[in-house]
Amino acid sequence: MTALQATLERVTRVRGIRGAMLVHEGDGLVVAEALAEGVEGAPVAALAASLLARLRRAAAGAGLAPPEFLQLRAERGAVLAVPAADELLLVAIADRDANLGLARLELREAAGRVR
Amino acid sequence: MRCVEPWVAGPLQAFLDESSARVTLLMTSSGQVIAQDGFTRSVDVMAAAALGAAIVASTDAIAQLTGAGRYGAVLHQGTAQGLYLAPFDTRRGRWIGLVVFGPETSAGLVQLFFRDLAQALAAAEPEARPGGVLLAENFERELNASLRSLFGR
Repeated sequence: MTALQATLERVTRVRGIRGAMLVHEGDGLVVAEALAEGVEGAPVAALAASLLARLRRAAAGAGLAPPEFLQLRAERGAVLAVPAADELLLVAIADRDANLGLARLELREAAGRVR
Repeated sequence: MRCVEPWVAGPLQAFLDESSARVTLLMTSSGQVIAQDGFTRSVDVMAAAALGAAIVASTDAIAQLTGAGRYGAVLHQGTAQGLYLAPFDTRRGRWIGLVVFGPETSAGLVQLFFRDLAQALAAAEPEARPGGVLLAENFERELNASLRSLFGR
């Protein structure tokens, strides 16, 4: 297992996290992934990258600092995203009952390890 | 948007709305144009269809040579715009989509919505017509009819 894969696997150990991916922010394509069976990462990766890019533009337009964390809550779960180095993005797919606080901490730590 | 096959229009319009693609071309694996959006000259669309079909045929040949079976899509990412080229199966045979997109969208989104387009086309597709014999004189007549449909002249 590569160090990158180990980093993603560690994020998925948080309760309720069904998958973690490293995504290229510019093109929304998956670079590496650790997903539970049946979880489709590509659509989430594309949408998360697009959301973060738009959020980045909106923040810049409003004179704010670039976004550091994105959390999108839906009826049956959530998507979390944290920018990492080299235009990469760490994305986690969470169940409704996931520990989002711990997932956020793990994501931020993991983003720091992606160098 | 112009379509040779009218039932293609709905799914293609949904794809255009969602993907923000600049240019989209649907063609058969032999390069016959089914629908297009973004082209203004018939020469351009014919050239793009021929080249797109040739690229997919070439990658199929490389996939066979390397034992990869079949590749899903070809993606060229440039600085100003990207090109996504993907074949998909229909009851009428294998079709190919060629999509040119800019920084207002992304390869991931184009890939995502293109997959939706292929599924929507499969759902909307009427029963295939019985195939006729493809003769040289029929080919030219059908080509001219297609170009009239695509460019309104």
